[in-house]
Amino acid sequence: MSRHPPRASGYFRTSYAQDHALIQTRLEWLATAALAVALCGVPLIASPFLLDLATQVLLAIVGALALALLTGYAGQISLGHAGLLAAGAFTVGILFKEFNAPFWISLPAAAVTGAALGVVFGLPSLRLRGLYLAVSTLALHFVVVYLGGEYESKRGFSTGIMIDPPSLLGVSITSGRAWYLVMLGAAVVALLLAANILRSHTGRAWRAVHANETVAGALGINVAAAKLGAFVITSSMTAVAGGLFAYHRGFVSVEAFSLYLSIQYIAMIIIGGMGSLLGAVLGAIFVTLFPYAIEALVGMLPGSQRYAGSLFAVNYAAFGVVMILFLIFEPLGLVGIWRRLQSFFLLWPFKQRPVGGGRK
Amino acid sequence: MQLIVNILVLAAIYALISCGYVLVYRVSRVLNLAHGELMMLGGYMLIVTAATISSNPIAAIAGALVLSLMVGGLVYVFLMRKMTGEMVLAAVLATVALGILLRGLVILFWSAQIQYPAQTLALSNPTLNLPGGASISFYSAMLIVATVVVYSTLFAFLRFGSWGIRMRAAGQSPLLAAQRGINLHGVYALAWGLSTLTGSLAGILIALDSGLSQTIVMIGLKAFPAALVGGLDSLVGALAGSLIVAAAEVLMIHYVDPLLADVVPFLVLIGMLVVRPWGLFGTREALDRV
Repeated sequence: MSRHPPRASGYFRTSYAQDHALIQTRLEWLATAALAVALCGVPLIASPFLLDLATQVLLAIVGALALALLTGYAGQISLGHAGLLAAGAFTVGILFKEFNAPFWISLPAAAVTGAALGVVFGLPSLRLRGLYLAVSTLALHFVVVYLGGEYESKRGFSTGIMIDPPSLLGVSITSGRAWYLVMLGAAVVALLLAANILRSHTGRAWRAVHANETVAGALGINVAAAKLGAFVITSSMTAVAGGLFAYHRGFVSVEAFSLYLSIQYIAMIIIGGMGSLLGAVLGAIFVTLFPYAIEALVGMLPGSQRYAGSLFAVNYAAFGVVMILFLIFEPLGLVGIWRRLQSFFLLWPFKQRPVGGGRK
Repeated sequence: MQLIVNILVLAAIYALISCGYVLVYRVSRVLNLAHGELMMLGGYMLIVTAATISSNPIAAIAGALVLSLMVGGLVYVFLMRKMTGEMVLAAVLATVALGILLRGLVILFWSAQIQYPAQTLALSNPTLNLPGGASISFYSAMLIVATVVVYSTLFAFLRFGSWGIRMRAAGQSPLLAAQRGINLHGVYALAWGLSTLTGSLAGILIALDSGLSQTIVMIGLKAFPAALVGGLDSLVGALAGSLIVAAAEVLMIHYVDPLLADVVPFLVLIGMLVVRPWGLFGTREALDRV
């Protein structure tokens, strides 16, 4: 979803509408259509296990897109992403337990909770920057998780809250295929929302605030409103993702929302590449599939039975190593590799772009 | 009376851990979120040295401390040195990744089960009775003693030691310090080593007192608000912050709700960030962007 993909030649935009279009050339239309057909066709051929993986990936994409908007574009660090997911999940859980609310009430309610929490998470950003902001979101994560745990223990659901699957027109969504389609829809909506925010006034304001707050203010951008808006919108998205997660699992418990989950989401946007929606998608795919890949790799080793018990630890360690490697050697993430590949083929047989000239 | 003793012990734990955050932040402006894991690693180092070097407790503890000093230096040389000049966020995330890696390795080598190095070293943990009907376990008392010793050593070292002065100089202005011929990499590595050493000392004493498992990482993380409340670049602040956070935590657990234990430090932290983000004794500074 890079806004200005490298072009070999021949395509010039002649109007602002063209410049703003999400899909610009015929080839892109074809590619998008092919991708859409492929994504819709997956449930027909994939095994239940693969379908479940795809569902998890799609759900992760929603959360990763929200964090990419907040951190990658608006430049506000958040270490409290898991807290927002927990807020969404608990909103759904509590509304279901206390009022037996259907999903078309509880999911919007999760969005509202997320938005309200977004204000709370965002208020420190008006005063704090960088590290201190990250720390305040980290602290808020613990507060949200504590409140969830408090509800669980006070109401006697100490092991967690069970939630019935949501039902649409009298049919309850339980099968893997139905869930895949629901999550696919959610991911597509999130992607369109993000892309549209970014090409609008709001997105440009966020990027200006990220680049330089003083200059953004001088340009007539209300910096405080832009920051708060970024927190509110992305927190709302994240909380809806949390609500979907709760429905998909059929179960809510604070244990699922540890600090490690926040770190995983941050890893997604780092490994994918900061400041790029494509990066968030790639990162979500990478991080979600990573444990399964490790499991498969360990399974191929001789005497794998001995390692079966410590798989969890191997996962942890390998994840830390991969994150470090990306931070040190590929700070631009998977998107950086993708861009380099693109320009390799575009420039071939040359290695470098002409100095000073050339199109961006 | 018992309450005061509890507060003092917890404050000593937090103070011993949070001086590691302060050392690294003051010298290199990096927030080390892997400090809890490094502290835990210190505890496991004791198990290693107890099994390999000697079963004499003092020798084992000294060996573990030397090992952790080296671990801290190596962390700087192999990881954090690569992150100098990168964005602040990147450096912090590198420490987060390091923390995950360490946690995985520790579980891999030593399993997730709780271990009691005090038993391996055949040490007992007698309860001391204090006047006023309070009691304190031997290693909790040792924690307080260790905190006093570590802090007075650090104060003297930073004030009078030539490397201590170099560390302060590097913290004030890396450019000028480098131009005066101060080996910045050496100073940073030393700061990481010392920070890991003091953290490990806390980890070892906690492990001797109440056993060792991955849960002590949480104690390390809760010590961070203490460092920030006092001011991230001030050792005096770390002491004061530890007292405040520990007092708030113990009193809340006693009078309100034990479940609050893990949240109170962070509530204090949020309160402090609202009122005075740079902490009680910290220097006010222009904060970096992402």
